[in-house]
Amino acid sequence: MEKRVVFRNPVLPYLLLAPQLIVTLVFFIWPAFQALKQSVLLEDPFGLRSRFVWLENFEYLFANAQYLDSLSITAVFSVSVAALALSVALYLAVQADRVVKAAAVYKTLLIWPYAVAPAVAGILWLLMFNPTLGILAYALRSLGYDWNHQVNGDQAMVLVVVAAAWKQISYNFLFFLAGMQAIPRSLIEAAAIDGAGPARRFWTIVFPLLTPTTFFLLVINIVYAFFDTFGIIHAVTQGGPAGATNILVYKVFNDGFIGLDLGGSAAQSVILMAIVIGLTVIQFRFIERKVHY
Amino acid sequence: MVENRPWLTVATHVVLVIGVLIVAFPIYVTFVASTHSLFDLVRIPMPVLPGSHMVENYLQAISAGLGEASGTAAVGAGRMMFNSLVMALGIAGGKIAISIIAAFAIVYFRFRFRMVAFWMIFITLMLPVEVRILPTYKVVADLGMLDTYGGLIIPLIASATATFMFRQVFMAVPDELAEAARIDGAGPLRFFWDVLLPLSRTNIAALFVILFIYGWNQYLWPLLITTDPEMVTIVISINRMLSVGDDQAEWQIAMATTMLAMLPPVLVVVFMQRLFVKGLVETEK
Repeated sequence: MEKRVVFRNPVLPYLLLAPQLIVTLVFFIWPAFQALKQSVLLEDPFGLRSRFVWLENFEYLFANAQYLDSLSITAVFSVSVAALALSVALYLAVQADRVVKAAAVYKTLLIWPYAVAPAVAGILWLLMFNPTLGILAYALRSLGYDWNHQVNGDQAMVLVVVAAAWKQISYNFLFFLAGMQAIPRSLIEAAAIDGAGPARRFWTIVFPLLTPTTFFLLVINIVYAFFDTFGIIHAVTQGGPAGATNILVYKVFNDGFIGLDLGGSAAQSVILMAIVIGLTVIQFRFIERKVHY
Repeated sequence: MVENRPWLTVATHVVLVIGVLIVAFPIYVTFVASTHSLFDLVRIPMPVLPGSHMVENYLQAISAGLGEASGTAAVGAGRMMFNSLVMALGIAGGKIAISIIAAFAIVYFRFRFRMVAFWMIFITLMLPVEVRILPTYKVVADLGMLDTYGGLIIPLIASATATFMFRQVFMAVPDELAEAARIDGAGPLRFFWDVLLPLSRTNIAALFVILFIYGWNQYLWPLLITTDPEMVTIVISINRMLSVGDDQAEWQIAMATTMLAMLPPVLVVVFMQRLFVKGLVETEK
């Protein structure tokens, strides 16, 4: 898609693009290039000299039990977040879609968690599950279940998953509801006349027609769980206990910024970059978009 | 609803109300915690109704934070909210400004390297801060931008999403408008200012709402580059208040600060709901 009418000017377009491109070059492309370079170098302990080591940093990474753990933890974490956030949101959206007039009211009441920062969402749930003063930890204890996410890795994982999913429900709800409201009423009415009840109509008509929305949201939720949940992990568990919630983005921060392992951290960055590129390609290739480029 | 089943309608409302309550419950607990004295708060179980210390907790949070006693400098939530506000407005305004002119150049001009520029902007989608933490930190440190508003804002303002959104908006503007402007003797900048900007007003507003929330909620970046307590943003301060090792964390002050950290973006979503939804949908296209 191109414009038929264009302006001609030898310098103006470059000037207009300059701010965006300078920021991109200085703060995005140059650092990414540095990360690529660093990932194939090994620096001596004093940071004075570095030598080219081919893919040694990567080999080391994939032989490292901690890194492999972190990979599987990230997989468990992001699949759980996406599954929980999507199913709760879909369930609520189905209900809201049924009460046509009141749907807008429920929408207002359900969308605001989107505005809560992930780290703050983590703090909210941390307060409720705090082993000493948390109200839900207390409730669990009085039911005979001992909750202490500071020592129990599985419980820590549940806590961060719930906090991350809580924040994402509003976003999913909004898109599911919009998707459902776009389904022609006549289809649903025809099915109702043929004697299909609400559950049957959902599974045979609404759910299949929602597939594009669901797929789009799935990708968005996975991206969210991979990259935007750093704040939750940092605020709630710091990757612990004993690495039980050490997701990839937290590990790359921890190894590089706290542990100062430059080569290893850069190699992790490169792997993360590959993951983002993969997810972006999926997003643009398989999801119907209105952007043409 | 297609058929009339009163009991189903009731059940639906019950489910939705329960859903709303579950979603709101964490906020309620946090609010309750911010209105008690620490002494009442650590009694087991934690109180379930608001207490009487609301005013003093919030005043302390806003003016002094945890205060000198805790060993951290006495920077209150007031100052930190100001920092967050500067960052959020800077990021939202900056992204919109540089993206709208970049989109204008890409749509309304033909020049060499046009596609190169387009792809360079596209690539930023694939490079979130999280994947280039150390080298970006180094660039900012070398430029002497640590602990400055510039350092908080500028590295985050490149935006492929915003550029693409404005590109979409401009593509939908009829060619006749540009033709008419040219015939009337208007140059490109005049056309941009008098025709395109007014036409994209609602898009700008919708994008601003989304980007304000995005900017306010930044976590990793301010965490990396702010060490001066005077420059800390409110979202990252809460965690510092709770990381007190073996001491008893001052939960009531931390929770008052949490409420303050949530308030501006939540108000924006609630009161500008239409713009917010429009922005969300448009930036995802």
